Amino acid sequence: MQSSKNTFSTLWQTLFGHPVRAFGVVSLLLLISLAIAPAKNHFSEWRHYQKKYLSLVRGRGDAVSLERRFHDHDGIQQIWLPQLGVVDRCTSCHVGLKEASLADVSTQPFRKHPAIPHTLDQYGCVMCHRGQGPATTVEEAHRSTLAWEQPILPARYVQSSCGQCHRAPLTGTPQLNLGRSLLGRYGCVHCHAIKLPDGSAIKPTDDPPSLEHVADKTTREWIYAWLKDPQAYAVTATMPNFKLNDSDASDISAFLIANSTPLAGDTESGTKDLKAPDPTAGASLYGESFCSSCHAVQNAAGNVVGGDIGPELTRVGNKVKPEWLRAWLRNPRAYDAGTAMPHYRFTDPQLSLLTAFLESKTDSDLLANVHLNAATPEQIAHGKRLVAEYGCASCHEINGIKKPDNFAPELTRIGSKPLTQILFLPGMTHALPDYIAAKIRQPRSFGAALKMPQFSLAPAQVDALTTALLALTDRAHDLPMALTVPSKPPSNYQPAGKAGKLMDDMACFTCHAINGRGGDLAPDLTWEGSSVQRQWLLAFLKNPGTLRPALIRRMPRFNLSDSDAAELTDYIMTVYQTPEFDRDSMPASGYPAAQVEQGRQLFYSKYACQSCHIVDTKVDKGYIGPSLTQVGSRLNAAWIYHWLKDPQAMRPDTIEPNRNMNDEDARALTAFLMMQKGSQRQEAKK
Amino acid sequence: MTMTRHWRTLFVLSLTLVCAACTHKSGPASSLKPTGFGAALVESSGGKQIGATGTVLAQPLVVQVNDEQGNAVTGAQVELSAPAGVSFEPPSGLTDSSGQFSSNVTLGSIAGRYSLAAHTFTKAQKPVDLRIEEIALGYQQMVGFQLDNKYCARCHNPESSAERVSNYDNLEVKPHSFTEGDTLNKMTDADLTAIISHGGPALNKSALMPPYGYTLSKAEIEALIAYIRLISDPPYHASGTVYAQK
Repeated sequence: MQSSKNTFSTLWQTLFGHPVRAFGVVSLLLLISLAIAPAKNHFSEWRHYQKKYLSLVRGRGDAVSLERRFHDHDGIQQIWLPQLGVVDRCTSCHVGLKEASLADVSTQPFRKHPAIPHTLDQYGCVMCHRGQGPATTVEEAHRSTLAWEQPILPARYVQSSCGQCHRAPLTGTPQLNLGRSLLGRYGCVHCHAIKLPDGSAIKPTDDPPSLEHVADKTTREWIYAWLKDPQAYAVTATMPNFKLNDSDASDISAFLIANSTPLAGDTESGTKDLKAPDPTAGASLYGESFCSSCHAVQNAAGNVVGGDIGPELTRVGNKVKPEWLRAWLRNPRAYDAGTAMPHYRFTDPQLSLLTAFLESKTDSDLLANVHLNAATPEQIAHGKRLVAEYGCASCHEINGIKKPDNFAPELTRIGSKPLTQILFLPGMTHALPDYIAAKIRQPRSFGAALKMPQFSLAPAQVDALTTALLALTDRAHDLPMALTVPSKPPSNYQPAGKAGKLMDDMACFTCHAINGRGGDLAPDLTWEGSSVQRQWLLAFLKNPGTLRPALIRRMPRFNLSDSDAAELTDYIMTVYQTPEFDRDSMPASGYPAAQVEQGRQLFYSKYACQSCHIVDTKVDKGYIGPSLTQVGSRLNAAWIYHWLKDPQAMRPDTIEPNRNMNDEDARALTAFLMMQKGSQRQEAKK
Repeated sequence: MTMTRHWRTLFVLSLTLVCAACTHKSGPASSLKPTGFGAALVESSGGKQIGATGTVLAQPLVVQVNDEQGNAVTGAQVELSAPAGVSFEPPSGLTDSSGQFSSNVTLGSIAGRYSLAAHTFTKAQKPVDLRIEEIALGYQQMVGFQLDNKYCARCHNPESSAERVSNYDNLEVKPHSFTEGDTLNKMTDADLTAIISHGGPALNKSALMPPYGYTLSKAEIEALIAYIRLISDPPYHASGTVYAQK
C-alpha cells in the first residue's frame, strides 16, 4: 500500500514536477486525444473494404476504368431519398454493385447486383433488403442491435419487399403472389383481419360451408372423424386440425347435429333403390359433366387429380347422405344460394346415376372405429361452449352463434412488429421472419392452450405466407399513394334481368370473368358478343363442343331449355360488345377467291399458323389454340380482323403473339378463315 | 511488371482460399447410430429442380442407399453437404424402411447452379458420395421462367403434364428444348434476341417459331435469355469482355 503510494507520487513528480515538463505532457496528451478520431476513421471497416476492393480490381483487365470510377466516389457513400425515407450507406462497402464487369466476382461485399427492374439511385438498398441503412459497420447494418432492431431480410423472403409498393401480382414474384392468395384460400383472414394500405381488406376465398342445416347433409360420425383429422378425409382439405381430444370432438359433433335445423327441399326421398344403376354409366356421366374441372379425386397411386374449386370427392360417400346429395345435384342453390357449383338441370335418371356413383366413393376405414353414444344435454352444452371458444363461427355460419369480431390479432402491420413485443421460443433465432414462419408451421408450439389450429401446409407454402405477411410493413402503409402500384379494384359487376339470374344459376363467374369479376379457368367473356355469331353461341350453350382439344378442363353441358338458351344468347350478343369496332362491319362470306387463296398462303407459310391451330384436320396438327375448322361459322369477320391486328387488345392475357400484321395480310387471312365453315351438321340438325 | 505478377498470384491464392472456405459440411452429424451400411447411393427424386434464390425447393430431395445387390438398406447414415448458403432440413439422418432419406433443400441467395452432395459409408467406413445439382433463379431468371411457362414451354418442352399437353410432337420442325446446351450455347445473345423478337426466319429457321417482339418487352426477352442461359446443360459460359494484353 505504502509502496504503491510512493510509486504514484514519484510518477506525478516526474511528469508534472516542473511547469515546463507539465506543459509538455499535457500537450502530448491533448495531441493523442485529438488523434483518436482520425485514427478511428482511418481504421474503420468501410475503409478496410474499400482497400480490399482496390486490390481486387487491380488484378483485372479493366482495372483502370474500375479504379477511376471508384476514386470518383471514395469515402463514405450515401443514397438519400427523402420521399422514401431512405438514408443508405451500404454502398460504402458494397462498392462494385453497379460494375457490370464484376459479374464473376462472388466474394461479398464486392458482388455486382443481379439484374432487377429498379436502380440503386431510385430506391436505395433497405427498401428491399431492410437492415439499417445509415449504419457504417457490418454488425450494425446487418444484424439487430438494441437501438436498431431491423436485421437484413433473408433472401428467402426478399419478394415480400416488392409487395410493399406493388399491390397486384407481379411476374417475377411467384412466392409473394402465392402467399397472398393463400391468405384467402386457407381462410387466415376469417380470424385475422388484414387491412391493406388502400383501405380495402383481404377477403377470404375458401367459402366454408354453413352449418345451419348440417344434419340434413351428413352424420355426427362423419363430423367427429372430420374434426379429429380433416386431412384423413381429404388430403387437400384446407380446414385446419384443432387437435381436439376424443370427448371434445364428440361434444362438438353432438352440438352441431342438435343445433342443426331442417331446411325444406334440401333432401329428397326415393334414394332407397340407389344401388341398382350401372356404375360405369355413373362414371361416364361424371366425366361428361366435367365434374373434374372443379373437383379432385385421389387415384390409386395417391395423386390428386382434378380441379381445386370444389371440395375433393375421394371419400364423399362417407360424408353426404344420399337424400341430401340428390337434392344438391338437382339444384345446389336450394341449400347454398352463394355456391360456386352450377345448377346442371339433370334429369331424374341422371340424378340417380350420379348420386349412386358418388355414394360409392367411400373408404371403409374412415368411420370404422367411430362409435358415438347418444349425447347428454350437458355434452351438447359443452360442445356449444367449445364452438364459441375455438371461434368456429369465424368461418362457418352456426345457428345461434354470432361471428366473433377480432377473434385473432389483426395482422395489418405484422411486417413491422417490434421484436420487443414478441415472445420467442428457446433456441429460436430472434428475428421476425423466423417467428412468423414458426407461428404458421406449428402454432401450438408456442403454448398448448393457444387456439390457433394446425394447418397442413407444405414448406414452400409456409414461406409464401411468411413472405406475404412480411410485406405488411409500416413503410407499405405510410408510402405516398403516388409511389405505389395499385392493384385493380375489385369488381362487383352483376348482369341484369333474367339473363343475370340465369348466369348466377349456372355459376358462370366461377370460371369466366366479365367486366373484371370472375374466375380465370375459362375465357374472359367481356366482349363475347362482338366475337361470336349468334347461331354458334346458341348451339354451344345447348351443347358445348370441343374448341381446344388439349384442354382437360372444359365447359360442361347445363341441359338448358331452348328459351333459357335463347335468353342468354340474346343478352350476351347485345350487352357484351366492344366499343372499338362494329361487329357487322365486315361480311361473313363472299370474299374473292384470290384473296382467300392469298390468305391460305399467308396462313401456312408467312405466319405458319398451323403450328398452333388446325384448319384442315388431315394435315394440321397444332394443338395450342382453338380449332379453326369451323371458325367461319363461329366468329365474326370484324373480330378476326381486329384480333389478328392486336390479340392482346382484345384479350390482354392471350398467349397468341402480336404479329404486327399489315392491313392487307389481316384482310386476306380473315377472308381465308371466314371460308372455314366446317361441316354444316349443327345447322342441319335444327 | 514483377509487381503485377506478384499481385496476380496473391489474388489467385486468395480466390482459392475463398473457394475452399465455401464448401463446408452443413450441420452436425446425427446422434443416431447407423444400423445399416450400403455400397451405393442413388438419387430417387428431387434433383435438377428449379427454384427462386433463397427459397425451399418444391419437392424434397430423396436419396436411396443400396447394398451390393442393389437392395435398399434401412438405417444407413446419410449426410448432405453443399456450398455455403444452401441448407437442409434435416441435414443428416438414417434411411427409412424403404432405404430412403428425404430432406428439404433451401437454395442459396446467389443465382446459379448448386452442386450438392450426399454421403454415406460402407461397413468398412469407406465413404460413398453422390452429386446432385439444383438451380437457383434470381429475379431476372425467375421472370424468364414464368414467361417460358406461359409462352414457350408448350412447344419447346417435349414433356406433357396432367395440366398441359405438349405440342412438340405436332410440329414438323422440332423446336430445341431450352436445356439443350450443345445447340443453344453456340448462339450469341444477339442471335437469341433476334429469333425471339423476329421469329425463326430471322436466322433462316422455321417460320413455325413466331415472332414475340411485339408481345414481349425488351426486358422480358432479356429475362428469357438469362433463364435459358442458366438452365442450359452443359452449362453456358459467357465469353466475357476481351481486353488487349499489354
